[in-house]
Parts: sequence; C-alpha cells; structure tokens
Amino acid sequence: MDDLNLQWSLLAPEYILVGWAGMVVLLDLFWGGLRKDQLGYVAAAGALAATLVSLIWINDDTDFANLIQINNYTTLFRVFFGLIGFFAILASARYVRDRLLHAGEYYALILLAVVGANGMAASGELLTAYVSLELLSFSLYVLVSFAKFDHRSNEGGLKYMLLGAFSSAILLYGIGLIYGVTGSTHFAEIGAQLTGDTSSFDMALFLGLALIIAGLGFKVAAVPFHMWTPDAYEGAPLPVTALVAAISKAAGFALFLKLFAEAFLPLLDEWRLFIAVLAAATMILGNLVAIQQHNIKRLLAYSSIGQVGFLLVGIAALSPEAGSALVLHLVGYVITNLAAFVCVIIFYNWTGKEEIEEYAGLAERAPFVALSLSVALFSLAGMPLFAGFATKFILFQAAAQEDLLWLAGVAVLMSFVSLYYYLTIVRQMYLGKPEEETRFPTPWLEYGVLATLVAGVFLVGLYPQPLFDVVEQGTAVIFSGSQAAGAVGKP
Amino acid sequence: MEWVLFALIALPLGTTLVFMLIPSRYSQLVRYTALAAAAAMFLMSLLVFIRYEFEGGSGLRFDLQLDWLENIAFLGENGITLHLAVDGIAAPMVLLTGIVILAGVFISWNIDYRNKDYFILLFALVAGVFGVFVSQDLFFLFFFYEVAVLPMYLLIAVWGASSNFGTFVRTKEYGAMKLVLYLVAGSVLIFIAIFATFTEAGQGTFDLPVLGEATYGETFQKTFFPFYMIGFGILAGLWPFHTWSPDGHVAAPTAVSMLHAGVLMKLGAFGILRVGIGLFPEGAQFWSPVLMTLGVTGALYGAVSALGQKDLKYMVGYSSVSHMGFVMMGLASMNSIGVTGAVLQMFAHGVMTALMFANVGAVYDQTHTRDMTAFGGLANKMPRHTAFWTIAGLSSLGLPGLAGFIAEIHIFVGTFQAGYYWAGALGILAAAITATYILRMLASAYFGPFNERWASLKEMRFREQSASVLLIFFIVFMGMWPKPFIDRISETVNNLPGIG
Repeated sequence: MDDLNLQWSLLAPEYILVGWAGMVVLLDLFWGGLRKDQLGYVAAAGALAATLVSLIWINDDTDFANLIQINNYTTLFRVFFGLIGFFAILASARYVRDRLLHAGEYYALILLAVVGANGMAASGELLTAYVSLELLSFSLYVLVSFAKFDHRSNEGGLKYMLLGAFSSAILLYGIGLIYGVTGSTHFAEIGAQLTGDTSSFDMALFLGLALIIAGLGFKVAAVPFHMWTPDAYEGAPLPVTALVAAISKAAGFALFLKLFAEAFLPLLDEWRLFIAVLAAATMILGNLVAIQQHNIKRLLAYSSIGQVGFLLVGIAALSPEAGSALVLHLVGYVITNLAAFVCVIIFYNWTGKEEIEEYAGLAERAPFVALSLSVALFSLAGMPLFAGFATKFILFQAAAQEDLLWLAGVAVLMSFVSLYYYLTIVRQMYLGKPEEETRFPTPWLEYGVLATLVAGVFLVGLYPQPLFDVVEQGTAVIFSGSQAAGAVGKP
Repeated sequence: MEWVLFALIALPLGTTLVFMLIPSRYSQLVRYTALAAAAAMFLMSLLVFIRYEFEGGSGLRFDLQLDWLENIAFLGENGITLHLAVDGIAAPMVLLTGIVILAGVFISWNIDYRNKDYFILLFALVAGVFGVFVSQDLFFLFFFYEVAVLPMYLLIAVWGASSNFGTFVRTKEYGAMKLVLYLVAGSVLIFIAIFATFTEAGQGTFDLPVLGEATYGETFQKTFFPFYMIGFGILAGLWPFHTWSPDGHVAAPTAVSMLHAGVLMKLGAFGILRVGIGLFPEGAQFWSPVLMTLGVTGALYGAVSALGQKDLKYMVGYSSVSHMGFVMMGLASMNSIGVTGAVLQMFAHGVMTALMFANVGAVYDQTHTRDMTAFGGLANKMPRHTAFWTIAGLSSLGLPGLAGFIAEIHIFVGTFQAGYYWAGALGILAAAITATYILRMLASAYFGPFNERWASLKEMRFREQSASVLLIFFIVFMGMWPKPFIDRISETVNNLPGIG
C-alpha cells in the first residue's frame, strides 16, 4: 500500500462535534445555574460551528488514509447533517427543559449521532462505514429510551436496539462475504473488481450483496425490515422521533447511495429488480397501514416507511441523474418532515397529547401551527407549491428514464393514498371543534425554527435550481469513478 | 404585454398574501380587496381575449418563458420553464375564468364565517386555473392543475352544506373527500403518462411546443392516450367517472360550485385537448370512438338523471355532467367543427352553469331548501331571479340566440360529419331531455300557483343580480355574435395535429 495520507485536520468538524459533546456534558455537570434549554442553545451552536467548518472543503477532493473521503459529497452531507442536528436541538430545547432528565447527555448524544452520520457519508470503505453506522445507531438507541420512567420509551428503545444489533450482524456478515469475494473493503476497489468479469455467477457475492441490502434496509426501515419503526417512533421522546426520522434515514441513504454507486454499480442488472420490488413493497405497506393509525407519531412512522419506499426508487433507478434526484428528494423530505415534527412537538409541549383526534380545532387555537402542519403534510403528499411535488416529480421521472415506469406508477399511486391520511389530520385541525377557544401562548423559538423550515419547504418547491445545482455537484463525485471505468448506464 | 399572463397568475397568488396580512376582524376590507383583485383579473382576462390576434396563424401570443430548472440531471437547456402563452383555445378559457371569478366574488359577499380564509383558498384555486390555461410547459400545466384541485377539499368541507335525504345524509365532508380522491386518482394517470411522454420524446424538456414536435410511436400513442383521456376526463366529468361531480357540486358553497362546474371541469376537457390530442393525435384517432361513446352516454345519462332530481342543485349538477358529455362528443369528432364546438361549449356551459348555481344559491339562502316540489310560483316574489333562471335554462336547452345553441349546433354537425350518426342522434335526444327537465322545473317552481309558504321571500340582492347580469351578458353576446369566439378558436383548432 502507498503512503497513507494522514492529514488529521480533515476531520476538524468531527473534532468540534465530539469536543462540544464533552463540553456540554461537563457544563451540565459543573454549572448548576445553566438551565436545560440554555444548554441546548450551547449544543446547537456546536452543530452550527461544525457545519460552518465543513464548508472549508468545498470543491476539495482528498482522503484520510483511504478510509475517509473528503469531497463534495461529504461536504454536502456534513452540512446537511449538521443542520439537522442544529434544528433538532433547537426544537427540543423546551421539551427537554419540561420533560426530560440528564439534558447534558441528551444533547451530547445528538452531537455524536451527527458525527456518526458524517462518517457514513464520508467513508470510502466498508468497515469505516460500519463503525460510523454503529456510532449513529448507538446514540439513537440511547436517545430513544431516554424517557426512562416511560415504559413505552424503554420498550421502543429495547426493540430498536435488539433489531438493530441483529441487522448489524447481518450487515457485517455481508461485508465479510464481499471482502472474501473481492479481496477489498474499499468501495472503489470493489467496484473495479466487479467491473471486470461478471459472467460467472458467484453465489457468495450475491449472498453478500443481499445481506448488505438487508442490513441497510433495517437501518432505513425498508419493508420487510421495518418492524422496529412504529414502536421506536411512538416510544421515543418526540424530539428524538424527529431526529431519528431525519438523520437515520438521511445518513442511511447517504451510505446506501455511495456504496451502490461506487461499489455495486457494475452489478446493476442483478440487483435492480430486487431493490425495485423492495421499494414497491415498502411504499405500499407503509402508506396502507398509515391509513389506520390514530396516534400521530405512529402515523408519521408509517408514513416515513412509505417515504423510504419513494427514496428506494432512487436507488433502484441508480444512475447519475437518479442519484442527484434522490439526494434532492432526501433534502426536501427531511426539511418537510422536520417541519411536521416541530409542529407536533409544539402541540405536545402545550397539551401533552399525541392522538390525531386531539388536534381538533387547532386552526382556531394556533393558526400558524395548523397552517405549517398542513403545508408540511401536503408537501409530504407531493402537492405543488411545496417541496414534495417538485422533488418527487424529478425523482420519479428519473425512474421512468431507467425503464422503471411501473415503479414510478406505483409511487405516484401511493402518494395519492398518502394524501388521504394526511387529509384526515388537516380535517381535524380545520373542521374539528376545539375543547377551548383560547389561543395557545406563542413559543417564539419554536415558531422561528418552524418558520425557517416552512420557508425551506416553499423554497425547494418553488425554485429548486440552486439546491439542485449544489446536490448535483455533490453526487457527481461518487459516480465519477465508475464513469471512468465506462460502467455507467444501461448495458 | 408579455407579462399579462404572468400577472394573471401572480395577482391571485399575491392577493392571498395580502389577505394573510389583513387581520380577520376586518371582514369588509377582505371583501373589497377580493372584489378589487377579481375586477382586475376580469379586466386582464378581457384584455387577453380582445388583444389576442387570431389572424396570421395559430401561433402563441403573449409568449413569456422564464427559466425554472435546466441543465440538471436528465433536463437539458430550458428543461422546465415557466412558459406562458395563449392560443385561440386558451384565450376564451382565460376570459371565462375572469368572468366567473368576478361573479363568484359577488356571490361570496355574504359569507361571514372566516371569510378571509375562504378567499385565500378561492384565489389560490383561481391562480391554478389561470395557470393551467396559459401554461405551455407540461410540468407547470400539471403543477397548476394540482394547485387548482387542492383547495377544493377545504372549501367544500368548511364552507359547504350537507344534504339531508331523509333516509340518509350526504355530508359535506363526504362530498369533499370523494371529489378530492377522484380528482387525485385522475392525476395519478396523468402523472404516469407525463413520465412516459417525457422519456419517449427524449428532448430533455417539458416544453409543450417542443414535445409537440417530437415523434411518438403509434403503439406508444395508443397506450398512453387513454391515460390522459381518463386522467383529465375524471375532472371533466367523463362518464362513468363523473359521480364525484353532483355530490361535490351540491356540497360546495355557491361560488365554489360556480367555479368548479364553470371552470374547473373545463380544465379536464382542456387537458385532453391540449395534452392528449395535441401530443398524441394518432392515439386520439384510435380512441375517439370510445371517447364518443362515453361522451354521448354521459350526455344522455346526465340528462336522464337530472330529470329525476327534485333537488335543484343536484339537477344542475347532473346537467353539468350532461353538458360535459357534449364537450367530449365534440372532442371525439376530431374534426374542425366538432372540436371548435367543444371549446365553444366549454365557454358556454361555463357561463351558464355558473349562472345556474348562482341562482340556486340565491334562492337557497332565503328558503333553506332546494326541493323544487316545495316551491311554486316564485316568479311572483322574485321576478328578476326568475328571469335570470329562465335565460340560463333556455341557454342550457339550446335555444337559438343564446350561447348554448351555437356550441351544440357545432358539436352535432361535427359529430355527424365524423360519421357518428347514432351518437349525433342520441346527443340531440339528450338536448331534448334537457328541455324537458328545465321547463318542468321552471313550471313547477317558478310559475303556476303561488305557494303561500314563501310569502316573505325577497328579490335577490343587488350584488347577486350584478353577477347574474354579468354572466347573462356573455351568454347573450356569444349567442348573438359568436364570431369573435369562433374566429379565435377555429384558427387554432384547424392547425392542431390530427384534426381533419
């Protein structure tokens, strides 16, 4: 092996995050006067600082010891994850103050989850990816069971951890098999190995591939590996649910896309149908089961499973076009989903309630929250003016370009199903009779976060060109290797 | 002048923002703002119609192209642009929208419950409608199409009215949900067809003129034309996918019924013409017998169903299904006269059905019933209202001199010319049934012995009368002097691909 590039400074955003996490814990420990929500603002500043520092490497393309790659793809996702952490922390400040113990650990774990997510997007190698994935997962296991006197939280956390550990084992076994066949754990080298002779049918290779898909499928909650999602979502403290929905999906797909674009693109024809069927099953099951939910967290959990199906369409249609369309949709989806969850958090802070029927008359009592939640839900359903329409349109068109018109058709049909259950929430808010007429007090911080996210939903929906330019530059990197090898596109 | 179409979309959208800034306690200010904006939209749409130069070919007028998304992924130069322009088919539709929204704001004057939110949704809907008519980009056409559909749910569910049939109740939520689910199901088909069209064309753009010049295989056209035909057809009340329409229209508040039956259903027919026939003429030719059959069935079925209604609004709702059936017949004839007739009918039906719903609303506001058997001799108390109703009804049954006649005569001639004698004959039968239910309704509810129960009825309010006069002006104008309409429409229709 050549001399390794050990340029430690490349990991500066991660140092900041880890250091900040330690600092937050110590502050919590030694500065009794600091309120729990104020501690949150400190932690949020850390996430923002890491985000800003990661901008240093725009248009750079380098790596750390061949393990971590710092390029536009990494920078894109570092910024993305940093901002997810930032908004998730701000949105949870009041919730933590009122309802949780151990604020220091809570914020520190969110920051560490961001580190894990960054690693997943940055890793150029299977084991580094695995370790980062575990860092993210372990942070989330603890966070899900953070309300330690709530048995639902404990149950959700336990389920999440057991199934997560199980899936990690599957993933590791898959990694082992792939290493055995190709002799490398580096994405690019695996890709180069597979580009050559693929005529011989290698059972170990495809078993390894299937196990990796299953393992990643668990992490992003694809059917039939989705069983942990509803319980974990329902049990977790609300801001954690928001975080899990955003960052575990985003990071999971960051890794999914990078791994499949760099390593497994040469075998496209072998796994395309497999992923396509997985995508179809995921969106059908997620959206149909969501119809019957009465608890808003469970509804959003099943709807997020459905959304994973839409995202998997982008993997099934894998091509440079579909890759950028996928990331565009991912960004739009995460912004929208965070906005929806911030509304739910605000409502929970006021009332402590999370049943859909308890949203009755919200439009009278808090018009801004009702309007924002409607915007977010309509965007999730893929309605125009909002992010969902533009990003879904482009993503599904990308699938149609790759001869997956049937899958695009199923996806559109399921978006239509999702509109039905989102409308039931909108109906409660606008048509239901509120228990009281009084307005809720205004939490300015949460309203500010919400307004920013809603503005993002409109921006992506009405003028996606700037974001799409950025995303395309980010994703171009991961397809460049295979393009050089001439393996891109249809056979 | 290029910006007039942009302004037509931006004005209603901008007005929604203005509404949001007005505190909801100033309901009178909200009303006057709505009126001012609607009047401005009406004048602009009139301007578009008058200044549209039909001579010198069928080209697009007021052409404006703004970049939205390009040189990204599978999109090439001008991949998706906000391309706005009108042709001879869109110009009358824009005018129609301008007329109906102005009348609709007059009719909405007496809405008191959260009227600010009501106008926000109504104007968002109108922005979508204008957008569909003037878009020359498939992406944005569909974008605005969905914008127009979405506000319907809340408009009906919040401000609508449930119908009690004694043994069962049709709630407004039911009507609203049914309408939205039907229409969105139609969009699914359109969505799929758009993906397929873009991929097959391989031009890297959604621009309709460019897509129109691309070549599509014959099998491809035959496969995907039905997607557009049924997808858009659902909104146009195409039989047998029309059942949302009477329920939805009855549940909706008056002005929303006017806009929906008057303008939104036209979006469906317009979509079939602009996208379906415009892109896939061979597919349209292949499927035209089916469209003709469905159209004439709808015309007959709607008329017979209207005959059986006691509820005035259901009668108008079914009559809309019937008249949209005529539009489908005109489109299916695939010849110049027939398609021109279809567009004329879209305009004529739009104006007269808006007038009908406005008048049903006016009488319902006072009597709180729409059961025509409970009325009797209302002409004694509401002479002007009766006159308006009569004119709308006579236009609907195709009396010469009014708008409906001009349109229907074109459609029937076109149908016969295309060789569908049976369909033409059945269509005329449907028109005859229309005469029966309209005249019977007028006889039982408005003329004949006066029912003393209604002794305290008053004439329609001034604003409702203004709206009716506005609508009647265009019914009579088109009936007496259809040339401005026919000139504009036929010039464009003759240049459509596949129109013989």
